[in-house]
Parts: sequence; structure tokens; C-alpha cells
Amino acid sequence: MAELLIDKELCKACGYCIHFCPKEALSFSEEMNQKSYTPVQVDKEKCIFCGTCYTVCPDTVFEIRA
Amino acid sequence: MAVQRKRPALLKDNSWCAGCGHGLFTRLLHESLEELGYDNNYICVDGVGCSSNYFAATTLGSAIESHHGKAPTIARGVKLARPETMVFTYQGDGDAYVIGLSETLNAAHFADPITTFVLNNNNYGMTGGQMSWTSLPGQVTTTSKAGRDPETTGMPLDPLKMAAQEERVAFAARAALNSPKNINLAKKYIKKALELQVKEEKYAIVEMLSPCPTDWNLTPVQAIRWIEEEAVKYYPLGVLKDTTEGGGA
Repeated sequence: MAELLIDKELCKACGYCIHFCPKEALSFSEEMNQKSYTPVQVDKEKCIFCGTCYTVCPDTVFEIRA
Repeated sequence: MAVQRKRPALLKDNSWCAGCGHGLFTRLLHESLEELGYDNNYICVDGVGCSSNYFAATTLGSAIESHHGKAPTIARGVKLARPETMVFTYQGDGDAYVIGLSETLNAAHFADPITTFVLNNNNYGMTGGQMSWTSLPGQVTTTSKAGRDPETTGMPLDPLKMAAQEERVAFAARAALNSPKNINLAKKYIKKALELQVKEEKYAIVEMLSPCPTDWNLTPVQAIRWIEEEAVKYYPLGVLKDTTEGGGA
């Protein structure tokens, strides 16, 4: 089973992944990370593990295990 | 179908602003180095500017901080001393296209087997967003409050075009770090440029239009739109020169 891992501490909440996600599976969470950003979170039901979020992320937040 | 994706081994947390293109470039760079088997045998010669934060974004990476604008010259020296090592420069537009314009063009002229990467964000990012030679007409910066006036400050300079005219340059291309498609294309150019160095001992230069949301006073998503709607008018994307087989010009 594929898995999308999010390293919340690396996230700076730029929103590129949310903007480009083809399935609208990503959104900002309400909690804060140590850098005081509200990191991205994934709706596991919607994610298709296409890798778009990884491609557009400047901060290597994502990892996909196929 | 799920695609396997993993952060390149040498990269760690970076200190660039939210939405900055530098983080994207370093990831593409290290993916390419890993794929070519050079992630333990490279020396990056860093320009002065936001690219200098590269030191903090890698663990056990090899980098030299150059004088402002002199990265290509230092890289040529490094390559002479270490011909088996991948040597490339990592510069911004202020470093490579303004302060170091002479070094950039001289490196292209002599075309030693090094690779130059330029992140063009149309302003001086690190110092707070002053007007660069690459700023667009009408672009508001901290030193062009009413927008850049071509009457008094000229039109945006395109040193990539100048470098591409040099006889011995093997590959010159411009990509943008503003969409999945363009980012994948940038990766292709980066990898090709590095490959040319180690397989054919050739010089290549790749420029990337890079979002700078903080200094442009835009949100990150507005910044990538600005590249698509404004920056590409003066800095069109694509391959300017490709002397390799099947490359055209």
C-alpha cells in the first residue's frame, strides 16, 4: 500500500502543493510547527500518490513510498 | 499509479523563505547528482546572494564560497585541479548577470568543462529586493519605487543569450521553477548540463526563473503566476543552444 509521508517541521506553508494537487487532497492544518507555520496535511482518502506535491515542494516535505 | 519519491540524501532543512525557488533548484540538482553517481564527488562554487544559503541546506556537501560574481573563474581553477570531480557554479542573477557579468561571459568564452546554474529572480533577493539588471520594465523594487523605467535604467539584460552566442558553449537553456511541467523540464536541463561536463567535457549554462515572493511582495502562488504572466515575456523559456546530437542548433 502506497503512503505519503509529510515532514511537518520542514513545511513553510507556501501552498504550492495545495495549489497544484490534482485531487484537492492537501490543505493547511490548524496546528503550528516549530517555525510557526501551519504545515500541510493530507486527506488520505483522496491522495493518489501522483508525486505532484513532491515535485513542486521547495522544502522536501514529502516522501512517497510506493 | 503510485510513484516512489524520496528527498535526496544530502539535503536537510533549508533557510530560504517560504515559496523560494532555491529550495526547488537544490532538490533538482541533488536528484541529478545522485542519478549521475556524483553526489559524493562534486564541488559547488557558490555565488554571493541567497545561493549562499546552500551551505546550510546540505550535510557533508562540498561547496566553496566565492567572491561576489567570481564563481565561474574559481570553478575553472577547481576543475583544473580536480578534473575527475563534478564542478558547477550556483549563482543568482545579481551575482552572475550583474556583478559577475564579465566572469560569466569569460567562462562561456573559454568553455572549460564546468557548469553554470543561474537562478534569476529579477531582483537582488538577499539584500532586500533592489532593482537588478534583470528587473522588468515597470517592476517595483526597493530602488525603483515607481517601477523600473527603461528610459533611465535600460531594458532587462539577457546574458544567457550572450553566453549562448559563444562558439564553444555546448548547451544553454532557460527553465522556470513555477509549475510541475516547468520544474520537470528544469530537471532535464540541469541533468543534461551536468552530463555534458562529465561525459563530453563541455561547458553548459542553465538559467531558471525563480519565484521570490518575499521581495516581490506577493504570496507564493501569486509569485509563480507572475513568472508565467510577466517574466517569460522578457525571458522566454526553452533551449537557446544545443550542440549535442539531435539538439538542433
